[in-house]
Amino acid sequence: MTAGTEAPAIGLTHRASEDTGHGHRGPESKSIVVPYGFWLFVLSDMVLFSALFASYATLVGATDGGPTTSQLFDRNLVAIETIALLVSSFVCGLALITAKRANMAWTQFWLLLTGLLGLVFLSIEIYEFGTMIAEGAGPQRSAFLSAFFTLVGCHGLHVTAGLLWLGTMMAQILAKGFRQHIIRRLLCFSIFWHALDIIWVAIFTIVYLIGTLP
Amino acid sequence: MTNDERQTIDVAPGEQHDSFLSETLSYVIGLGLALLLTGVSFWVASTSLLWAPGVATGLVVLAIAQMGIHLVFFLHITSGPDNANNVLALAFGVLIVFLVMIGTIWIMAHMNMNMAPSPDMMDLRMQRG
Repeated sequence: MTAGTEAPAIGLTHRASEDTGHGHRGPESKSIVVPYGFWLFVLSDMVLFSALFASYATLVGATDGGPTTSQLFDRNLVAIETIALLVSSFVCGLALITAKRANMAWTQFWLLLTGLLGLVFLSIEIYEFGTMIAEGAGPQRSAFLSAFFTLVGCHGLHVTAGLLWLGTMMAQILAKGFRQHIIRRLLCFSIFWHALDIIWVAIFTIVYLIGTLP
Repeated sequence: MTNDERQTIDVAPGEQHDSFLSETLSYVIGLGLALLLTGVSFWVASTSLLWAPGVATGLVVLAIAQMGIHLVFFLHITSGPDNANNVLALAFGVLIVFLVMIGTIWIMAHMNMNMAPSPDMMDLRMQRG
């Protein structure tokens, strides 16, 4: 490209010979841009959770004479929840590997397993919340419990949304096959699902393990 | 995945461009390490062998390590040049997360200490709602 034939590009300040090598091809393909944008969303979601963690850490002592962390939490349940979500995250990765190779049966199997393990996690969480509320330790009991239900409940809502998304993905893969944009959506889902597991690592450490230290 | 796409300079987060075996192996290693760190976390929290005041800090360190394992082996965030954008976005996210958390905890702890003319008012344990 010579100076004379150059297009009147606003913002393009250097000529082709001085090109740094990354910008001249135009925008990246959708398979890069879409997951990258979703990555930015996931990171902003983590910023949201950091605010919830901060308020939980501030309010964890504000029990108003009600039940405290070590009286409420059951480590065995949390261990099962943790394993279920971790293996679910792992299996989701396997689904992505088989989906990229267009293997319908295995992809659906791994996705189903991902969903079932997510469901195990969610059921235990709902059971835990139900028991706490039945014992009179609901979110309205103290500032500590408000913060607890907001933080852990927000993660639970994310898992619920993830499960709905997962069901949609399974149906879409079945109906439309392994098209480029379907794979892209599946990749975004896997980013979301792994991110939820990362947030859960922080929750089980800060809320449950540190909360039940002797 | 077409060949054209394999040659692009950038890589999306969560995506890797390897053989079936090495991709699976990455997830298996990640799962193994994550399970190990989870197990150690639960053991550290329940044992009485360790110096009690340091246990909470140790648990936070273990959690951060496990998050790193998840990022590397599940989300495939690497230090390679094709991952620069992903890493920069992550670094910015981590910066904001730490600012929000450490800033809040620090400031609120000091407010509790400094503004305590009447302990009844300022003790959060006594506050309703």
